[in-house]
Amino acid sequence: MATINRRDLIGSLLGISAATFSGCSKPQEVRIEGELLSPDFATGHRLRDPAIAIGAIDQWKEIPVVIVGGGIAGLTAGWHLRRSGFEEFELLELEDEVGGTSRSGDRDRFSYPWGAHYMTTPMPENVALIDFLQEMGIVQEVAPDGVPIVSEEFLCREPEERVYAEGQWHEGLFPVQGASQDDLAQVADFHAKMLEWSTKRDAKGKRLFALPIAESSEDPETRGLDRVSMLDWMDGQGWDSPRLRWYVDYACRDDYGLTIDQTSAWAGILYYAGRLLRESQESQDVITWPSGNGHVVEYLRRQLEPHLQRRKLVARLKPSGDSGRDATCELVVFDKDQDCWIGYRAKRVIFAAPQFVAKHVIDRFREGTAVNDQPFRYGWWLVANVHLRGRPKDSGFPMSWDNVFYESKSLGYVVSTHQSGIDYGPTVWTWYYPFADAKPRYTREQLLSVPWSDWAEMVMTDLEIAHPEIRSLVTRIDVMRWGHAMVQPYTGFVWSESRQMASKPDRNIHFANTDLSGIALMEEAFFHGVRAADEVLGFLKERA
Amino acid sequence: MLNRAPLFLLYLNVLVIAICGLIYELLAGTLASYVLGDSVTQFSLVIGTYLSAMGVGAWLSRYIERQLARAFIEIELALAFLGGISAPLLFVAFPWVDWFRPLLLGTVFAVGVFVGLELPLLMRILKEHLDFSDLVSRVLAFDYIGALIASLLFPLVFVPYLGLVRTSLVFGILNACVGLWSTFLLKPLLYPRHVSSLRWRSIVVMGILVVGLLKADQLTQFAEESTLGGHVIHTAQSPYQRIAITNKRGGFQLFLNGHLQFNSVDEYRYHEALVHPAMLGPRRPQRVLVMGGGDGLAVREILKYPEIREVLLVDLDPAMTQLSKTFPPLVALNKSSLLDPRVRVVNQDAFVWVNETIDPFDAVIIDFPDPGSFSIGKLYTSHFFRKLKTKLHPDSLVSIQCTSPLVAPKSYWCVIRTLEAAGYRVRPFHATVPSFGIWGYALASLSEPDVDAFQLALDQGSFRFLNNSNLHELFVFPQDIPSLTPEINRLDNQALVRYYDEEWHGYD
Repeated sequence: MATINRRDLIGSLLGISAATFSGCSKPQEVRIEGELLSPDFATGHRLRDPAIAIGAIDQWKEIPVVIVGGGIAGLTAGWHLRRSGFEEFELLELEDEVGGTSRSGDRDRFSYPWGAHYMTTPMPENVALIDFLQEMGIVQEVAPDGVPIVSEEFLCREPEERVYAEGQWHEGLFPVQGASQDDLAQVADFHAKMLEWSTKRDAKGKRLFALPIAESSEDPETRGLDRVSMLDWMDGQGWDSPRLRWYVDYACRDDYGLTIDQTSAWAGILYYAGRLLRESQESQDVITWPSGNGHVVEYLRRQLEPHLQRRKLVARLKPSGDSGRDATCELVVFDKDQDCWIGYRAKRVIFAAPQFVAKHVIDRFREGTAVNDQPFRYGWWLVANVHLRGRPKDSGFPMSWDNVFYESKSLGYVVSTHQSGIDYGPTVWTWYYPFADAKPRYTREQLLSVPWSDWAEMVMTDLEIAHPEIRSLVTRIDVMRWGHAMVQPYTGFVWSESRQMASKPDRNIHFANTDLSGIALMEEAFFHGVRAADEVLGFLKERA
Repeated sequence: MLNRAPLFLLYLNVLVIAICGLIYELLAGTLASYVLGDSVTQFSLVIGTYLSAMGVGAWLSRYIERQLARAFIEIELALAFLGGISAPLLFVAFPWVDWFRPLLLGTVFAVGVFVGLELPLLMRILKEHLDFSDLVSRVLAFDYIGALIASLLFPLVFVPYLGLVRTSLVFGILNACVGLWSTFLLKPLLYPRHVSSLRWRSIVVMGILVVGLLKADQLTQFAEESTLGGHVIHTAQSPYQRIAITNKRGGFQLFLNGHLQFNSVDEYRYHEALVHPAMLGPRRPQRVLVMGGGDGLAVREILKYPEIREVLLVDLDPAMTQLSKTFPPLVALNKSSLLDPRVRVVNQDAFVWVNETIDPFDAVIIDFPDPGSFSIGKLYTSHFFRKLKTKLHPDSLVSIQCTSPLVAPKSYWCVIRTLEAAGYRVRPFHATVPSFGIWGYALASLSEPDVDAFQLALDQGSFRFLNNSNLHELFVFPQDIPSLTPEINRLDNQALVRYYDEEWHGYD
């Protein structure tokens, strides 16, 4: 395996020419600390080994319901079980802490996200999520028309977003400065079309694009948009403005980790049309916290603490073969702390891990059905938390929550102290990078071998686009490598048969994960968690 | 020989140099009025100096006998350079030199001499090729048309959109373009060996001015203190803001980021109006919270009440509160208020501090700077005012400075409506502070403030501005300040910052 040259890595991943950056440490460079982090790849990858040596099981636990996986979907499932008065369950999590890709970190009095960092205010139709947010104290009250009123401190504080283009920061994400009349006309057309789609209802009164997506219209013409790419669809509309394309491509990379030519047009449109409530709005208000969606994780964690089992690898699920009332499922679990194997016998399992794990873990997974995990694809992400001793000087629009570089393939950075109103002094920026290239330049093994110093240098090189003096302000860079982080709604996947069938139970295993929707969003994870818990509760009630 | 087409272009030259010349004069006059005040005197002096210098230039032109075209171009370049850098030079020099007036008039004189040289030389160059009466009529006609264009565009376009520094540099560049262009137009009249040297010099002059234009922001920032209108006696750059104190006409003035915070001559009006209404509620204040107000002047007013036991001052900037404890003129003005043992200073962003748990206060004085940025605008949001409620008794009074209701009515009423939306009973009031104009405040409380029952609780000797009758007049608004209902200022819209920007833009 060839190791990667640093200049080559940085230049090709950021999409900038090697001439514009140094790619090597500068002599005056201040010492910067940091760690290279990742989910537990080693234990996780043991699952792929068919000959995984399962040792003798020391003890067996009998428990009616087991939830596998402690991301938002699994935690939500547990929350919904408890809220329905059902307490006889355990949640098994592979990692040291629950949260999945919504987890957060803290250090030196700062909290910051390691992954998902916001959600949009739910539409009036999404009653379950509104209830949850009301319980959390995020939604203050619900207006008579069902519109949730979100407490001011959780709505993203202005200034919300800015973009760095042509040597200056500009308000908003679309670089208006230097845009031609044609660019502006096309972006106006684009927004008008999105607005039209957000307000339109089908014959049954359903929105064409809704979150959760299961609530979207079944209108075949609309769903047909899934079969073309966002780029092809925009071409068909005559929208060829490079700036509009960049703007939409940014949205696709930001929400889906895919480029505009890979993303399903249905999913691309959902990004906009699924989030518009009123004509006056550009988009539904963003809800965020300093720790990102880690705030939601923390709330759920506190609710579920007695039910949580951390550092437990679920290696095998063996359903008893039928889904009837006496069905059981055996779980073979490796306890990382005790270094021993334990067994669970459950009536029902909520499998809240992603689909790509299912075939390695579940005995005779979907055997005899056309459904499998093949169409599920996941993107790699790099997330860095950059600790700063102070704020850099800026020209143009002031520092915002979300700060984007027009010239880069990164997604820019989010300021973790923004929502707390801390506008001066030390701060932490969360920088995001999706590996979105259709033909990856590097193999997974190559990427895993890249040392922390090269990743840190890449982050710094990217930030230097807009902040030339950033090196003197950075004290620490922690880098998280996410493998299979987010499911990708590529062309044709969202409304494919396989994707839609994957939510159906396999014998007595119920599925809950955002990937079942083909897009990775808090709203979808929540929806599947509640749905799977409801399926289980329905079964238990029937049995009682 | 020159043919007909370039002759027309030469008239265009006349037009451009006439515009440039007048722009330099207007810049000098405006700049002098800005920094020295008294615009009648400044403009009279500048115009007089400029016109007489033009006379000197015209007279001197007779001594240039040979190589007229080359001399003309060199004068163009000298003028481009001097005129181009005149405004930035004067702005930057103002706070640092004692001989500003000689520098100003010297610059105006030199520019005037060059402008005075231009036309006689040009007319002598052209007279070989034109009937004399035709020449005089055309050149002078273009000269005066140029003057008209300049005098119209200067106040309507250049000052509002470019500002003085950029206007100066832009016209210098234009002037240098005329120089460069003339090397082509007048080429038949130049020695070939001079042409390239002249062109190089034009390009160098243009280059310098273009760099100046690119750096104009820093220049303006650097020069900003000089526009404060007085001699700068102290400046400091803290991590949060630029602090400057100036001295003018028997008083001194504090500026934060170039915005006037008080003038020692009339600040008593501002601070008496800000503080005392909040001290007159049913609860005789013993513990008072002050947010902002790092100058210690509001605290000085509070300490006039003998029953005060504790004052907590929350101000972002330690550099500011330290200055108020140590800078002699300021310590004299605030009567050492921040050194009083009853006063405790906390240097923290009030937005962060307000989350702390602390016993309620009897009165709160809010003296934040005007909401000119998002980081200050957050301190006027419904969220902040709601958080503040936890620091209040039900009958505590809060007094808040809220910019000018006359100049920025939407901003003013936005603060009032935001307080109401946050659950306060609000009584708007105002006072006249000559340095600021009509200034607006809000008196807010969780229960209706009984303003009619207010009686000053100290003897009249404690006040320079307030008495028992004008105290009640503060709460009466004239017809030209009607009440408005703009948007509520929330964290997620920061409507106030946008109103404020819209209403004060171009005003100061």
